[in-house]
Amino acid sequence: MDGKIHSFESFGTVDGPGVRFVIFMQGCKLRCLYCHNPDTWEIAHVENYPAEKIYTPQQVAKDALRYRNYWGSRGGVTVTGGEPLLQIDFILELFRLLKAKNVHCAVDTCGFTFIKENAESLSKHKKLLDLTDLFLLDIKHIDDEECKKLTGQSNQHTLNFAQFLSENKKEMWIRYVLVPGYTDGEMYLQQTRNFIDNLKTVTKIEVLPYHTMGVVKYQSLNLSYPLKGVQAPSVESVKMAKEILGVDRFDARNKKVL
Amino acid sequence: MQFFKEWEGFEPGNWSNDEVDVRDFIQKNFTLYEGDDSFLEGPTKATEKLWEQIMDLTKKEREAGGVLKADTIVPSTLISHKAGYLNKELETIVGIQTDEPFKRSLQPFGGIKMAESALKMYGYEIDPKTKEIFTKYRKTHNDGVYDAYTPEMLLARKSHILTGLPDTYGRGRIIGDYRRVALYGVDYLIQQKEFDKSLLAGAMDPEKIRDREELSEQIRALKNLKVMAAEYGFDISRPAGTAKEAIQWLYFAYLGAIKEQNGAAMSIGRTSTFLDIYIERDMQKGILTEKQAQEYIDHFIMKLRIVKFMRVKEYNELFSGDPTWVTESIGGVGIDGRPLVTKTSFRVLHTLINLGPAPEPNLTVLWSKQLPKSFKRFCAKISIETSAIQYESDDLMRPDMGDDYTIACCVSSMRVGKDMQFFGARANLAKCLLYAINGGKDEIHLDKATGKPLQVSPQFEGIQGEDALKYEEVIAKYEQMMEWLAELYVNTLNVIHYMHDKYSYEALEMALHDTEVRRFFATGIAGLSCATDSLSAIKYAKVYPIRNEHGIVVDFKTVGDYPKYGNNDDRVDDIAVWLVKTFMNKIRKHKPYRNSIASMSVLTITSNVVYGKNTGNTPDGRRMGEPLAPGANPMHGRDSHGAVASLESVAKLPFAYAKDGISNTFSVTKGSLGK
Repeated sequence: MDGKIHSFESFGTVDGPGVRFVIFMQGCKLRCLYCHNPDTWEIAHVENYPAEKIYTPQQVAKDALRYRNYWGSRGGVTVTGGEPLLQIDFILELFRLLKAKNVHCAVDTCGFTFIKENAESLSKHKKLLDLTDLFLLDIKHIDDEECKKLTGQSNQHTLNFAQFLSENKKEMWIRYVLVPGYTDGEMYLQQTRNFIDNLKTVTKIEVLPYHTMGVVKYQSLNLSYPLKGVQAPSVESVKMAKEILGVDRFDARNKKVL
Repeated sequence: MQFFKEWEGFEPGNWSNDEVDVRDFIQKNFTLYEGDDSFLEGPTKATEKLWEQIMDLTKKEREAGGVLKADTIVPSTLISHKAGYLNKELETIVGIQTDEPFKRSLQPFGGIKMAESALKMYGYEIDPKTKEIFTKYRKTHNDGVYDAYTPEMLLARKSHILTGLPDTYGRGRIIGDYRRVALYGVDYLIQQKEFDKSLLAGAMDPEKIRDREELSEQIRALKNLKVMAAEYGFDISRPAGTAKEAIQWLYFAYLGAIKEQNGAAMSIGRTSTFLDIYIERDMQKGILTEKQAQEYIDHFIMKLRIVKFMRVKEYNELFSGDPTWVTESIGGVGIDGRPLVTKTSFRVLHTLINLGPAPEPNLTVLWSKQLPKSFKRFCAKISIETSAIQYESDDLMRPDMGDDYTIACCVSSMRVGKDMQFFGARANLAKCLLYAINGGKDEIHLDKATGKPLQVSPQFEGIQGEDALKYEEVIAKYEQMMEWLAELYVNTLNVIHYMHDKYSYEALEMALHDTEVRRFFATGIAGLSCATDSLSAIKYAKVYPIRNEHGIVVDFKTVGDYPKYGNNDDRVDDIAVWLVKTFMNKIRKHKPYRNSIASMSVLTITSNVVYGKNTGNTPDGRRMGEPLAPGANPMHGRDSHGAVASLESVAKLPFAYAKDGISNTFSVTKGSLGK
């Protein structure tokens, strides 16, 4: 039940609405070529993980609630990673504590742990939905083969999870990392758009331009950087991606709500 | 008391009933503005032309190496120079420090040596006659201080455990209530001071004699202020009758202050809502348009932007630039709950658009949750566009200071015209910790005579041996060392301020205070986060001392990790709180000059660099010479839990023990504030 945690950010402003306390969970089974947090990959066994980075849900909830004053009416807590749902039991307990205090809870995930054929997985994720206000769902690649090249894993879990959220009327934001040469092809963008348009509960799409700020981390971990030579996408390319995905329609609506 | 004809249209009150009470005038007469910024006007042709001229002069000044012109002969007083103009035809608000714009005045009363070397650094030679007068015949503040300093004070100064002391330059931080000149006219203020003086009769003890002498100085300054204004063609003996006059009168009063003093911070006060009352009245009469009102404010602010002093280069190094700290406090909320926001609060901030962004005057918004939404939004907009607004918490200061206080320099709050302060620079707590470990021997300086480490405090047993430092032992010694430092610090400041009052008295600024003034004794500390982390390292990790050939601990080997200040971690933040309380309590044990009230600040903004240069290796791993963190900031790069956790650590410091202000310098990039 204890959580293996990579780090905390007390002033998160980019992972969900408002000012948020962001919890970076340790461990991920994907190996996204562009990942800027390779230090969160390793799935360490509790015994091998530094004791000071292992927390009970109670500890983390208490820690987070100290920042409540900063959250205003929109902010709250986001769990990200790594892939946070690898530690879904921890998150269920954490969110149970936070929801009891009326905190807005968000999960940043690619849905990797969701196996719809598995009754246990289904029931846990169902529980999670009841405790979560918002999912930030990362669609890595709409094409399964390309997705495997880009992340080392199939996109089936992600797409299934998106459907699952939609069917269960759970709000989600779609996040899409724009990597030149990998995810910026017009055809793929259009396919992604078609997929999103079939979902009923998307309230926002975020195009995240690939950046090279992760390079330093690879160096310090003695890992070779997989996207050597790939530049951040141009302004035009970001604009085009946003147009194809139809980012604006949500932004305009969100503005009205605000 | 007569109701002056210049007051027609104002709501009377205590302020018009034979009392100098500007706050009452504001409360009875100001018009809260809750609308948006759409009424604002851009710059006029005249404003643009004048600003071009200033930009041109600024460029020339830079090309000339930092100073365009300097007076080398005539010591600056209220009446030392003829009128000077940028462009007499275009200026709506007039008056400059000397007879030419950008010509710096000579201010030798703080110390002739400083004045002379400042000139020399920029290629000017002081006039030999002037120098002779101020060395042979007229004693300065600096001479007085050095006559009274003890050897121990000199040592503490030399070793920089006390740094930035105002013993060679003007102490500043005193803000006259410049609004009084506009509201009452000078003659009435003279009358009041004459009356106060008449009350000081009977047996003459030294205090009463001094008070009588100072009141005479104040009255003389007020008379000279009239002469100064007359030189520009204005009769300020009577109250200001229009908005334009009110701005002009108020500015003259401030101009008088900066002609008399080149203090480290020469702030202007809380003037915009006061001035708004005059602007509103003129607009209602139909004799003033928005365009004109904005032009007056633009020209007024323009004048505040070209305040200049002749200073040595080290001074500029200490403060990273050539700051004058012309702080203007804007907004805030009244104790009755009405926000003190007026259209002129907008107009003053709007100068940042009309004239472009600038660091001076230091426009400071007294922020409260209760400020009108539209004003908050406007502030945010101007901040985004110019990054030139300072914010301070009115909600935090109002309970203590009421609703007519202002900020001196960057964070010191004082009630306008009712409080003054004795600026006290800083004691270096990080260095003090090293003294505790080394028995008061300096870790950097050697005694020139013996070649041995310089003993700064009295002989004191330091930490012995090579074992890891023991927290309890270090704390016990640190407390003793702080005890010594606090007493020495208070005594040193007592000497400084006694002499400043005696040889470089701020007659005009004090004339614009109540005669019965409340005085603060503003001490300060530097190196808080460095000392805190060092103690945390000693407590939670193992810190081994490394000694040099004299047995002085000059470095540390730290084994293991320890909690660092700036991560909202009570284990270490409690140490910072303890330090602030402990040092302040030790300061309180001693008697400050002139029955002043001891206060403390944690607020180095830039001078932390210089303090760091004079502090050896510290147990937190900071290397000798590296900067200390500014103010109450965590040490650079050690806050790893994000901005809010860092702010929470700082917010734990008890304001009641640091009422002169706590600063946390914090920059954010646009992207980190969200999408």
